[in-house]
Amino acid sequence: MRIKFEVNGTKVELDVEPRVSLADCLRDTLRLTGTHLGCEHGVCGACTVIVDGAAVRACLMLAVQAHGEHIVTVEGLSNDDALSPLQASFRKHHALQCGFCTPGMITTAHALLTEEPDADAERVREVLSGNICRCTGYIPIIKAVLEARAHYAGEDAPP
Amino acid sequence: MKPGNLLIGAPMERVEDPRFLRGAARFVADVNLEGQAHAVIARSSIAHGHIRAIETGDALAIPGVRAVITAHDLGPEVPVIPLRLQPLAALEPFRQPMLAHGKVRFVGEPLAVIVADSPQIAEDALERIGVEIEPLPAIVDRARAEAGETVLFEDHGSNVAIRWTAMRGDAERAFANADYVRRETFRIQRHAALFMEPRGLVAQWDATARKLTLWGAAKVVFANRRILAASMGLTEQQIEMIEVDVGGGFGSRGEFYPEDFLIPFAARLLNRPVKWIEDRREHLMTANHARETECEVEIAATTDGRILGLRGRSWTDNGAYIRTNGSVAPRNVAQFMSGPYDIENIALSTIQLTTNKTPAGTYRGPGRFEGDFVRERLIDLMAKDLGVDRVEIRRRNLVRETQMPYPLATITPYESATELDGGDYRELLDRCLEDFGWAEKVKLDGQLVDGRYHGIAIGCFIEGGGAGPSENARMALETDGSISVYVGSASVGQGIETIMAQIAGDALGAPFDRIRVRHGSTGHVADGGGSYHSRSTVMGGSAIVLAAEKLKDKLRHVAAGALGCEAGEVSLDSDAARGPSDKSVALSELSKTPMTAEATFHCTKMTYAYGSLAAHVAVDAKTGQVEVIDVVSIKDVGRIINPATLHGQAVGAIVQGLGGALLEHLVYDDEGQLLTGTLADYMMPGADCFPNIRATVVELKPSPHNPLGAKGGGEGEIIPVGGVIANAVAAALADFGVEPLELPLSPPRIWALIGGS
Repeated sequence: MRIKFEVNGTKVELDVEPRVSLADCLRDTLRLTGTHLGCEHGVCGACTVIVDGAAVRACLMLAVQAHGEHIVTVEGLSNDDALSPLQASFRKHHALQCGFCTPGMITTAHALLTEEPDADAERVREVLSGNICRCTGYIPIIKAVLEARAHYAGEDAPP
Repeated sequence: MKPGNLLIGAPMERVEDPRFLRGAARFVADVNLEGQAHAVIARSSIAHGHIRAIETGDALAIPGVRAVITAHDLGPEVPVIPLRLQPLAALEPFRQPMLAHGKVRFVGEPLAVIVADSPQIAEDALERIGVEIEPLPAIVDRARAEAGETVLFEDHGSNVAIRWTAMRGDAERAFANADYVRRETFRIQRHAALFMEPRGLVAQWDATARKLTLWGAAKVVFANRRILAASMGLTEQQIEMIEVDVGGGFGSRGEFYPEDFLIPFAARLLNRPVKWIEDRREHLMTANHARETECEVEIAATTDGRILGLRGRSWTDNGAYIRTNGSVAPRNVAQFMSGPYDIENIALSTIQLTTNKTPAGTYRGPGRFEGDFVRERLIDLMAKDLGVDRVEIRRRNLVRETQMPYPLATITPYESATELDGGDYRELLDRCLEDFGWAEKVKLDGQLVDGRYHGIAIGCFIEGGGAGPSENARMALETDGSISVYVGSASVGQGIETIMAQIAGDALGAPFDRIRVRHGSTGHVADGGGSYHSRSTVMGGSAIVLAAEKLKDKLRHVAAGALGCEAGEVSLDSDAARGPSDKSVALSELSKTPMTAEATFHCTKMTYAYGSLAAHVAVDAKTGQVEVIDVVSIKDVGRIINPATLHGQAVGAIVQGLGGALLEHLVYDDEGQLLTGTLADYMMPGADCFPNIRATVVELKPSPHNPLGAKGGGEGEIIPVGGVIANAVAAALADFGVEPLELPLSPPRIWALIGGS
C-alpha cells in the first residue's frame, strides 16, 4: 500500500506491505534505528514513538495506520550538536547503562513533560511504568525526568 | 605502582551516553549488510520426545526461501556446545547439540534453521515445517528427575548429571557435639537475567578470503571464537568477531548458544550474509534460565549463637543440557553458602539435575543469591530460637579482619580453593545499621500500622570478582597525539569505555578526552578474557595500567634520543617529555613515530567485595502484598573508578534482586510447557515498584591482588536481597508465625502462609 506521513519533520511517501509494523517500517525502510524492538508485544516500551503528540508503541501500530500522521522518533528529539535538556539530564544522572531502553524512555518522558511539565514523581513513575529498564533500577531515570521538567515549563520549551 | 588519581574516583559522565540518548547507537539489529538473508529458527513445541520426522519441502517451496537446515545438513557429527567453565569429562554427555537430532529435550530446542530473503518470508516458511515428535513423559521437577523412570539421556541412565561437594573442617563432628541444630528445606524459583536487547547475529562469509565476520559478539568473545572455529573447521584467525553496542548481559548474554554456530554456518553454506534477531518469546524459551534450587540445609551453633557448621544437600534444576557455564551456580551454592561468616565446618553438596526445561546458566550473583537466601534465613531462625539479637548474632560470626586471608570451603570434583582477600566486615555492618536507621526502625518490627504489618531485616554478603587467569591491553600513541586503548574486556552495558579511559588517563597522566577505548572485538588484542564474574575493571583495568607503564617506558626512550639524555632522566607530563636540563620535546612531536605497548595482567586470586543490606517492608495480611518501603546497602570495593557508574550497578542489582525475591518466576506446566513466555506473564520490576533504594559504595580496604586495589563490584547487592526480604517479611508477620522458605514472595504465597499458620 502507498502511504504518506511525516517523520521528524520530513515528509515521506512509500509502499509498504499491510502487515508491516510501524516499528519495522521506521527501522528497516527508513533506517531510523533509534526505535528499538525489545518485545514486539507492547510491554517493554523500547519502541515508543510520538504520534501526533501521544506516546505510542510502534510495534503495536501498523505502518499503514501512520498514513497522514506526524511522527517523532528519538532521532527527531536530538539536536546535531548538544544534547537536549532531557538527554543531558539523563546523562548527568546516569539514567542509562546499556542504553537499549533509553530511546523509549526519552520519547515517553518527552511526550509526558510536553503535556504535563509539572508532573510529580508519582506521575512520572506511573507513566514510565510502561517502559522496562533492566539495568538502572529506575531511580536515576525518575530523577533525570524530574530535573528536566523546568525546560518544558518556560517559554523556551521544546516544540 | 598505583596510578595517579585525577580521573579515577571522579563521577565522570559516560562517553557512551550521547549516542544512546540520540538513538544513534549501533546494536546488532541495526547492522545491515548488502544482500543479507534472514534466518528464523524452527523450535520444538514438545518438551521431551523422539524426533520421527522433520518435513521441509513445503517451506522450501515458498518463493524467497533459500535454505532449510536440519541436523542432517551439519555433517556426520552434529557439533555440540562445549563447556567453557568446569570442563569435566563427566559433564560431556549433557552438552547441547547445535540442532536437535534423535530427541528433543525442551520446548524451544532448535530443530531447523530457515533462511529467506526477508524475515517475513522466513516466518511464513516456519509455519510450513512439518515436525513429528513421539512424546515422552516430561521431567519437570526434582521428584520425577530423581525417580529416574524416564531419563533425558539414555546412555547416561540417570537424570543426575553430577554432584558437587564443598568441604571444610569436620562437619560430622561439629554437628554431633553441637548444642543447637536446625534443619530446613528452602526453594528458590527459576528466573532469568532478561536483558532488554534480544540476542542477535549478522554473519558474513568471504569465500575468496575464506574469512568469516560475525557481528553481535559479546561477553567472552575470544572464547566463543575458539568454539566457533572448532565447530566450523576454521582457524581462529579466519574468524573476526565484532562487538557492537550490547544491550545488557547479566551473565546470560554472550555465552555460546546454538545460533552462534547456526547463523555463521548458514552464511557460509549460502555464501551470503545472514542476519538473525531473536524475538522475546524465543528469548524466554531459549536463553539461559537460572536459580532454580532446592536446599535441605542444617545449621549447628553454640547456645550463644556462634555458628559451628553448615551441612546438607542442594538440588539445582539445570534444565535439559549443560551449557558453557551450567555448573557455576550449582558449584557456588555449595562453595559460597557460608558467605562472609566464619564457619569452621562445612559439608555441602549440590546435585545437578537434568530436566525437560530450558538449560540454566549464570545470572548475576550465580548460586550466591540462592545460597544467601538459605543462610540468612537460617541465621534469623537460629537467632529467634536462641533468643539472641539478629544483628549481634551476625556481628559475632562475621569473618574478622585478623583472619584474612580466610580460606573458604574447597569444592570438588573440579577442585578449586579460594580465600577471602580482606576487609572489615563488621564496620560495614555497623555503617549499614546507621544508614538504615535500624535503632529507630526496629520499633516498627511486627507492628500493625494502617492495616499493614511492618518488618525489617539485615544481611551480610560477599561478592566474588576478578576471575583470572589473565587479560590483555594494548595502547597506541596515535599520530594525532591521541591515545587508543584496546582491551580484551567486553561491554555488556556497564560503561567500560568510560572507566577504562579513566584508568588509562591516570596511568598515563593524559587528559580524558585524548583517550579512545576500543574493546571486545577480536581484532583489538591477541586474546581476551572478556566480561564475566565482575572481572572487567579488575583484570582489564589492571592490564591497562601495565600497558601504560610500558608505553611510558617507550616514550622515555624515544624522548631520550631526542633530548640527548638517558631514558631514566626523562619525565613525562600530559604534553611533553622533559630532560634533566629542562630541555623538552612535545608529545605531538614524539607521536610522529608510531608507538604501541601491550601488556597482560595475570592473576588467579579472586577479589571479594563485601557489605551489608537492610530492608523495611510492609505486608498487607489480607492480600499478601509486600511493599518494599526502604532498602539500604553498603559495599566496599577497595578502589572506586567511577562512583556514579558503580552506584548505578548497585541500585540496578538491588532492583533485579527485588524482582527475584518478589515477582519473577518462569513457570512450567506438567508437560514442560513454559507458561510465562511473554513479558506480560513474566513480571519484571517497573518504575513504580521500588521507589526507595539507597546504595552506598565505599573504598575501605583495597584488594591486595591487583595494582588498582579494586575488587569486582558489578553483582554484589543482588546477592543478599532474597534472604533479607524474606527475613523482613518473617519479622513483619511474626504474630502469625510465618517463616517463608520459598521464593518468590508473591501475594498468593504470603496469603497462603498467613492462612495456613
